[in-house]
Amino acid sequence: MVDILNSLTLLTNYIIIPGLTYGSQLALGALGITMVYAVLRFSNFAHGELMSFGAMSTILITWLFQSYGLTFGFLPTALLAIPFAATITILYCLATNSLVYEYYREKKIDPTTYLIISVGVLFFTAGLIRFIIGPDDRKFNDGNRFILKAREFKELTGLNEGLAIKTTQGITIGITICLVILLFWFLNRTRTGKSMRAYSDNEDLALLSGINPKKVVIITWVITGILATVAGALYGLDKSYKPFIYMYLVLPVFASAILGGVGNPIGAIVGGYVIAFSELIFTFAYKKVAGYLLPESLAPTGLIQFLSTDYKIAVSFVILVIVLLVKPTGIFSGKTI
Amino acid sequence: MIFVKNLSKNFGGIKAVSNASLTINEGSITGLIGPNGAGKTTLFNVIAGVYPPSHGKVFLENENITHLPPHELFARGLMRTFQIAHEFSSLTVRENLMMVPENQSGEKLIDIWIRPSNIKKEEAEITKKANEVMDFLQLSSLANEFAGNLSGGQKKLLELGRTMMVEPKVVFLDEVGAGVNRTLLSTIGEAIQRLNRDLGYTFCMIEHDMEFISRLCDPVIVMAEGTVLAEGTAEEIKENQSVIEAYLGTGQKNKKLR
Ligand SMILES: Nc1ncnc2c1ncn2[C@@H]1O[C@H](COP(=O)(O)OP(=O)(O)OP(=O)(O)O)[C@@H](O)[C@H]1O
Ligand SMILES: [Mg+2]
Repeated sequence: MVDILNSLTLLTNYIIIPGLTYGSQLALGALGITMVYAVLRFSNFAHGELMSFGAMSTILITWLFQSYGLTFGFLPTALLAIPFAATITILYCLATNSLVYEYYREKKIDPTTYLIISVGVLFFTAGLIRFIIGPDDRKFNDGNRFILKAREFKELTGLNEGLAIKTTQGITIGITICLVILLFWFLNRTRTGKSMRAYSDNEDLALLSGINPKKVVIITWVITGILATVAGALYGLDKSYKPFIYMYLVLPVFASAILGGVGNPIGAIVGGYVIAFSELIFTFAYKKVAGYLLPESLAPTGLIQFLSTDYKIAVSFVILVIVLLVKPTGIFSGKTI
Repeated sequence: MIFVKNLSKNFGGIKAVSNASLTINEGSITGLIGPNGAGKTTLFNVIAGVYPPSHGKVFLENENITHLPPHELFARGLMRTFQIAHEFSSLTVRENLMMVPENQSGEKLIDIWIRPSNIKKEEAEITKKANEVMDFLQLSSLANEFAGNLSGGQKKLLELGRTMMVEPKVVFLDEVGAGVNRTLLSTIGEAIQRLNRDLGYTFCMIEHDMEFISRLCDPVIVMAEGTVLAEGTAEEIKENQSVIEAYLGTGQKNKKLR
């Protein structure tokens, strides 16, 4: 019995909590990509850099707040900074929209060309970020580190294994839930949200029913800017902010969006968690778990690990390839929001 | 009301509309007929701002509307239906209908927090209107069905329903009757006449059913190969030799168009 509890604690500590956290970050990122795809009809490869831009803005504002001695008690100051950082990121999105994307949208350019243009924006944004904050690793998490410490958990339960929940993990999961509820409320209950869905569903009809495309496009960028900032800042808060990492992060984020059915918000969320959990499940060493559950004579000698953690990112690609072969439209057959 | 002047539209080498001029008088139900590929739908698309013309101009009540985007034409009271029915497939039938006036009144997100009662009241009115329209078009049983699941004819009815949700000045109907059963078709015909008579909507309708056209339309404009071939009452058109030739080819003289 105790063995079972111990192994459950082990799995919760190393798979479930980190999976929910990482999955939330992927889901928020994938939602941003899906919104742009559904409304503006292109794959925005610059989204990873938008997340980086959002995280950078959060750091800058956090520093500003800290320099005035403003903190958020036991919570990270970054939480206070996120709304301001999101505003900056939204302005940046709108600037790229009116300087770059709008021009090509009016020309009704094909989606592949659009994709290449977004790669251009990616490089520009990446350069801008290096220019502003430099390439170094930044830690900006203050406040309490843990909601639940491993030692406290052990004392509380008397188990061998500890369970630790970092503040950032709790915050990530909590904020993701709030943001997703808010997004779905917006899309399904408000007129503006409905007109976005209508525009994504049938552009010609939407235009002839009096929907102003400029307004829809602007709102899409506002939502994308918010999602990117929150996703980027939470990721940076949880690990640390490395400007380069977002260029790699965009890969599992894209895999999540495609896996769920790009253009479908529910798909993006499900995709995010599926990718996150698969990465963890396939790279976790089950040696200890087996040690608890199996009789001593059968105790394993190896790590019992499907893949080394070095291949983490490959997991999302294998899943992606399988999805594209079996059901190219993704789990939820995306296209419209 | 609507004045189209020397309008041309080329698609690469194809001259879909070439140098067409026509007038749609205020308060009329103007019929637009012509063989397949005559350029009728293209003419509608250009008028409705779907694509710009290669040459020529379009006026609405003496205002040049040639290069206005579709949503601004909508704001000026111009509505159209599609030959191949369009719908918001992931919205329900009721939501599809409610979409139209909601855009007209607009929404500031802040109102949801500040004046929720106003929005509720407006929403209730629009819902009532949508229910009336669905009753009229016999779509009530499908109110909560996703529009993407409707049959071809039902989608056509939804197209028409959309134009009934607001009070447009001029409505362009592209073969609303195609694929709709006879009984309902005559109901639709009566509805068009009533909207025209009582509320003063101007209609311009493309239709292939000559009997339906004769019953509703005056005048009737005939297009062939991108140009306007003839204009007159339905009776005059039926007698017109060049129209008969356009439809039936030469060597078919002295036959009557039916
Ligand atoms: N988007 C387009 N691209 C290229 N060619 C087009 C396009 N739209 C229409 N055409 C061409 O223009 C010509 C006129 O087409 P249009 O749809 O206006 O005819 P129509 O009078 O509405 O015919 P029908 O009675 O069959 O609906 C056709 O030859 C058609 O192939
Ligand atoms: Mg046509």
